[in-house]
Amino acid sequence: MFPKPIHRSAAHWQVFYQGMLPLVMILWLLPLIAVAIFSIKPAVDFTNGNYWSWPSSFEAVENYGKVFFASDMPQYLLNSIYITIPTVIGAVALSCMTGFALGVYKFKGNLLIFFFFVAGNFVPFQILMVPVRDLTLDMGLYNTKTGLVLFHIAFQTGFCTLFMRNFIRALPFELIEAARVEGVAEWRIFWFVVLPLVRPAIAALSVLVFTFIWNDYFWAIVLTQGVENTPVTSGITSFNGQYRAAYHLMSAGSIVAALPPVMMFFAMQKHFIAGLTLGSVK
Amino acid sequence: MSVTSQHIRAKPLWNQKKLMPWLFLMPGILFFGIYVVFPIFQSFNISFYKWSGLGEPKYIGLKNYVKLFSDRAFEISLWNNLKWLVLYLLAIPTGLAIALFLNQTVTGIRLYKSLFFFPFVISQVVVGLVFTWFYDPTFGLLNTILTSLGFAPVNVLGDPTLVTYGIILAGLWPQTAYCMILYLTGLNTVDADQVEAARLDGAKGLRMLWYIILPQLRPATFIAFVVTVIGALRSFDLVSIMTNGGPFGTSRVLSFYMFEKALSEYGFRMGYGAAIAVVLFAIMMVFIVYFLRTMYKQESEPR
Repeated sequence: MFPKPIHRSAAHWQVFYQGMLPLVMILWLLPLIAVAIFSIKPAVDFTNGNYWSWPSSFEAVENYGKVFFASDMPQYLLNSIYITIPTVIGAVALSCMTGFALGVYKFKGNLLIFFFFVAGNFVPFQILMVPVRDLTLDMGLYNTKTGLVLFHIAFQTGFCTLFMRNFIRALPFELIEAARVEGVAEWRIFWFVVLPLVRPAIAALSVLVFTFIWNDYFWAIVLTQGVENTPVTSGITSFNGQYRAAYHLMSAGSIVAALPPVMMFFAMQKHFIAGLTLGSVK
Repeated sequence: MSVTSQHIRAKPLWNQKKLMPWLFLMPGILFFGIYVVFPIFQSFNISFYKWSGLGEPKYIGLKNYVKLFSDRAFEISLWNNLKWLVLYLLAIPTGLAIALFLNQTVTGIRLYKSLFFFPFVISQVVVGLVFTWFYDPTFGLLNTILTSLGFAPVNVLGDPTLVTYGIILAGLWPQTAYCMILYLTGLNTVDADQVEAARLDGAKGLRMLWYIILPQLRPATFIAFVVTVIGALRSFDLVSIMTNGGPFGTSRVLSFYMFEKALSEYGFRMGYGAAIAVVLFAIMMVFIVYFLRTMYKQESEPR
């Protein structure tokens, strides 16, 4: 193990390390802690300029209550859910199939198609912006959740295919061979042999795509506008416009907007990390 | 009898195996082709036109690109992209340092690792807001600390010379967390016997890190490099949220400038925007090709 395990060091080093941990952590999260403190302060603290003094009262319920019951935030959150969940399902479903095709079959153009998916996943959004916006307008899907979902599914299929294909290629190929010798139809091999084996990959991709799409801002502002369809990332900017200088509410709103992926991460940490390392760092 | 039946079954099976991959690929290729591959070519094409998004586009050849050369705002954006690219790479050594700091087995370390990773999970929009408030000249935590230590307050986001660095620092926060997690996973796979052997040979500290640990962390470093470069060139959210390109357009980057030109409130300039996007795409392509080449080499190795 590197660095040397701390419990093999002298006692005073161990104490030092244990003391440093929370200190460095607080320093690291300082900007976020500041916002968390803001979000439970009363409005009067900001009008009086008591930004950093001890809160004159704790108004967490009041502030978060306003965010949830007296603003458009719930609608934005709902929009985000309606955009994120179908995208996760669509992109994972498509990539299970592409990953299966590219990971199991040998055919001409296999690697070329795979590289198209990989390269496409890395291109800057701006090179797609004008045509995609146009296409969405032409289909009458501008400012709809469907328009956003369709694009997101397509784009995420690139990353998901990269991940899924590599995952399937690392599976024991003998299982598929054995099924073929038994005369099992190819689609049944996909459904009954491969799909159950790629469950960890499906889990990893689901949490990752959920986070990516939930946090998407660029496409949200390119393809939607207004309370009706816009997700929480771009909703928060109009929310902030509405509550200009009401820092307690803006802070509470930001925390609410950031929370779902955070909960997702804590619930499925292992899968999340497996996905982030692209499966290549095991 | 059994031989013939096998023989009869073999042919459709062969056919099936030829057709099957394409059936499985079709939906994915359709989506990806329509929404990603084809639009890239369309953007190249649009960049040769003058087009407001409405009405007939007018073919003007390379004029959009010629105009880029004398566009001061484009030049600033390009320089800022370079700053992003270089400074963003700091996320890799910093991430490694934090990973080394956290790679211990004391109680509660799992929670610490998760909390350090935290900034990557929240959206860049929120990161942008958090840092905007952090830098705020009247109440921001940064200036509260600076003034209490006796320094003069600085308006990071209002100062043309500081603004881009201020935004990059905000971007480094989640990116460092990403690199940290890559290295933490990488450190798990480091060969313990090799480390012990080197330790017996008297290797420790930085020498150990450089000669024994880092070579084993190469896959992690590679991924960290790729995602950091892509992240730097994709930076849009932070600029848009924190400064909207200001003050006086000094914090623009190509991705933001393209968006501004193409969909600005003063009239859409799709052709010019597309030309900026093509330049950004060309820069990105250098790294994409590098990534694909490395992948291709790995693919060529026997599996």
